[in-house]
Formats: sequence, C-alpha cells, structure tokens
Amino acid sequence: MTKEELITSLKTIVKPYIQDEEAFNNLTEETDFINDLKINSANLVDVVLDVEDKFDIEIDNDSMEKMLSVKAAIDIITNKLNQK
Amino acid sequence: MNTTEIISLLPYQAPFLFVDAIETVSENNIKGSYTLKKDEYFYKGHFKNNPITPGVILTEIMAQIGVVCLGIYLMKDTIEKQYKPSIALTSNSIDFFLPVFPNEKVTVVSEKEYFRFNKLKCHVKLFNEKEALVCRGYIAGMIK
Repeated sequence: MTKEELITSLKTIVKPYIQDEEAFNNLTEETDFINDLKINSANLVDVVLDVEDKFDIEIDNDSMEKMLSVKAAIDIITNKLNQK
Repeated sequence: MNTTEIISLLPYQAPFLFVDAIETVSENNIKGSYTLKKDEYFYKGHFKNNPITPGVILTEIMAQIGVVCLGIYLMKDTIEKQYKPSIALTSNSIDFFLPVFPNEKVTVVSEKEYFRFNKLKCHVKLFNEKEALVCRGYIAGMIK
C-alpha cells in the first residue's frame, strides 16, 4: 500500500470525528489529530479501533500514545503491516 | 472488589448520586438499581405541577450504574489506596419509550462493548418495576 493510499484510508477513518473542516480538507502528513483536527481523546480511541479493523492489526498502548499525527499513524500502520 | 466498595468509590453525592444497589457485576456486564425519591430536586421544575423524571436524569442513572460502576470494577487490578476515579462522559445515544414517575424503582442492565485505552463503551438498558423497557442506548466515557 502506498503512502497516498494510506493517507486516503486515514482520511476516511478520521472524518466522522474531526471538528476543524479546514484542517481536514488541507490534511497532510504533518497534520496533528488533536491540535489541528480537534479530535477529542475519546474519539481518538475510536480512530485507533477503526484503524485496527481496517488494516487488521493490533495497536498496543505504546503505539496508541504515539499515534497523534498522520505521520505517526502512517509509521505505526506501516510497521505493523510489515510485521505480519 | 465487591459491590459496596464500588459504590463507595463513586465520585457523586446527593442530590446527584443515582445508585442504590448493584446486584451483579462481571468483566462484561453490570446490573444495578435506583429508586427515584418523591422529592428529587428536579421534579419541582420538570414539569410544572406534573413531576416526570427528565430524560437527562434517566441517562445519568444509566451512566452512573452502567458505565461508571462497571468502569471502576474494570479498573480493580490497577487501582491503589486513596483511588479517586477521574471520569468524563464522552458520548451517548439513547432512545426513550416510557415515562418514569416519582417513587419508581428502575433497574439498569449494561453490557460492555469495549474497554480500550481508558475508554469504556456500553450498551445500556433501563427497566421499570414491571420489567418494561424504559430506555436504551449506547453510552461511552473515559475513566482513569
């Protein structure tokens, strides 16, 4: 899966939980889930659970704590997919 | 952890404590009850001369028993002495079917959907004394 495809999948996953439409429309690798998209901590859990389902991977507590931006999410998902 | 300990750890007090008893609790579900007193403070205004339990209060009863009490139980292996639960309601979606009047006893039955990364989401139902479904839905919160 290419990085662009990953970002497209992530956009679909985070869309229901974002508050800031403009930041969402201009989403890049550098976009931060909490500070830019204004996703709350409870919905960040939903994002992680949706990522687990979509990519059939398991996110542990350490990864959850790091998964705060698009870039971090892509790194974690890529790593987990490579481990499969 | 027994049910008395769970109730003693709740961060509420009158007039906003809505748990009388917990009948059963496990890793996956909880059942408890509350009897609405005749003189609950909200009956004075809801409605004028026509006391009916507000939906937000029924939701609160469901949340306190079905999510907070269950959450405290699920935290049992990690909590220490002087534990004060830090909780926040994060979402709810409830459908209402029947009214609840003063002096009615209601029973809450809650099934855990998931408890991950400190978020507990439950499917919660509230029944009246005739065992008729009063309201049901999903409630989620964060607990530490």
